[in-house]
Amino acid sequence: MSLVPFPFKSGTTPTIFERSQPGRTGTAMTRPDVPTRPLPELIPQRHLRASPPRLPEVPEHEVVRHYTEISLKNHHVDRALYPLGSCTMKHNPKVNEQLARLSGFAGLHPFTPVGAVQGALGLMYELGQLLVEIAGMDACSLQPAAGAQGELTGVLLMRAYHQSRGEAGRRRVLIPDSAHGTNPATVALAGFEVVELKSNEAGRLSVRALREALDDRVAGLMLTNPNTLGVFESAILEISELVHQAGGLMYMDGANLNALTGVARPGDMGYDIVHFNLHKTFSTPHGGGGPGAGPVAVRSHLEPFLPMPTVAADGGGYVLDWDRPLSIGRVHGFYGNFGVLVRAYTFIRMLGRSGIREMAEAAVLNNAYLSARLEERFPLPYGRGMHESVFSGTELKRRTGVKTLDVAKRLLDYGFHAPTVYFPLIVSEALMTEPTETETKEELDRYVEALLSIAAEAEEDPEIVTAAPHVTPVRRLDEGRAGRELDVRWHFPGEPREG
Amino acid sequence: MAQVPEDLGYTEEHEYVRSTESADEVQVGITDYAQSELGDVVYVELPTVGDSFERMDVFGTIEAVKAVSDLYCPISGEVVAVNGALDDDPSLVNSDPYGEGWMIRLRARDPSEMDSLLAPDAYRSLIEE
Repeated sequence: MSLVPFPFKSGTTPTIFERSQPGRTGTAMTRPDVPTRPLPELIPQRHLRASPPRLPEVPEHEVVRHYTEISLKNHHVDRALYPLGSCTMKHNPKVNEQLARLSGFAGLHPFTPVGAVQGALGLMYELGQLLVEIAGMDACSLQPAAGAQGELTGVLLMRAYHQSRGEAGRRRVLIPDSAHGTNPATVALAGFEVVELKSNEAGRLSVRALREALDDRVAGLMLTNPNTLGVFESAILEISELVHQAGGLMYMDGANLNALTGVARPGDMGYDIVHFNLHKTFSTPHGGGGPGAGPVAVRSHLEPFLPMPTVAADGGGYVLDWDRPLSIGRVHGFYGNFGVLVRAYTFIRMLGRSGIREMAEAAVLNNAYLSARLEERFPLPYGRGMHESVFSGTELKRRTGVKTLDVAKRLLDYGFHAPTVYFPLIVSEALMTEPTETETKEELDRYVEALLSIAAEAEEDPEIVTAAPHVTPVRRLDEGRAGRELDVRWHFPGEPREG
Repeated sequence: MAQVPEDLGYTEEHEYVRSTESADEVQVGITDYAQSELGDVVYVELPTVGDSFERMDVFGTIEAVKAVSDLYCPISGEVVAVNGALDDDPSLVNSDPYGEGWMIRLRARDPSEMDSLLAPDAYRSLIEE
């Protein structure tokens, strides 16, 4: 099998501002169908700009060409495998987009009276029910706008629950050392104290460490299952029983739910709260600054605390339920990112009950295949994971000086997005891949061949790898500085850079 | 095996302190063990000359491919110099933590605080745990 470098569009692209010429336009504005009024009548003068913003003046086809060119320099899941571990970068079916763009959904105004949006509310209600059923929970809020906000909502639910029982002194949240960084960050943001628990040699939460940490100061345990190593927490029933006996709550970060859907349910494992990443498990678009959704489902004892309003069924119709005195309040304007919910709903309904199970089975099977083909060259310190595996580049680094970071950069030359690297922290030179159920065997083979080819390059000519990437529009960037001295604003020639 | 030079004092947070030719001035950086645990350092954020810190205050941050960590001031004092070379080449922390990869030079407010630092043997047993 021959591997040729991936043809990215090369060279730098001028910004849209540099394409601008005074007086050029792309669209002809139609005449307004409402009476026009001068701006200062509508917005107080003090909030109006003195001069109009310098927007780019570009005809439509130039705009299209500009963004098409940029898209050719980018990697995305519509282009090739995107094996970013713990991110579930599956294909986003186009039918999701079709349905989200139905004018009855896309054109909705959030102030439309409830009686006129029964279809939209029905969709939200049903999506909540579907998520509740998949997770084995009792009730759900669709409001949180992303996974991290779902986590925060979940931890605030934990706090409200303990406060309602006169146990506000429970301020500790236990988190294993394999966890995603958002878990401790969320706990700190919610005003709780993080207690880190060691994993055992199998990569699972140490039940002994858990026993030692449990007391009447513990609010709960945050545990991703399968965990970030892709390893199923097989002692989960014992773990949740211990946590419950100590008066704590069980929180599941739903990051890895793709390994379980239709096969096992967090509720049956003893979890009290779970958040879903609709952009992972349920195929809505990932990030990029766009809207996301991180619904939270709970068991019945936490239901009174859910964010308000909730969508409730009411004699054949649907209502927004504001009568929730114990609610933690709103966590998002209006009812969350509705367009994302339409996509997730479409995805689940298209798959159906059996499809949801096949999805998890295929995701696990794909990863087993990938792991089996790679584990000889890239060892798996904690064994094959379920839907994702964490390989270690330590041996390769020791022999050749080529680090996991270099391998990840070189993969870009082969036309793949880099996997997740240096995470979880408990695997040195970690390289974490998650193929998802979407990929064909041929695409998985192509990825395996690329990694094996890079390992061979590392032995024969390590500089090819350590100097990678070679064929991308830009080479290695100063990521540390870019993050701290962020400058993403266009400065017109002659314009001072300040302000 | 990480180097732990005999002529330095250490903190439990993996900073080292080196005495200088000037009696009340010391040089501060992170240990060989710390840099190897962090992996490739991509950014070091240091204070400016004239800043003053209490013992165990955060004087800066270090960002590696794995994680961002705080840097703790081993003794209280005023910053009299910072290593500007780290701005252009943060990997000096990896390649030469005790030399070119130094971070700040402090004028100690209370030189007796030097006694609170870990001796090389004590630091060695800390990292071997």
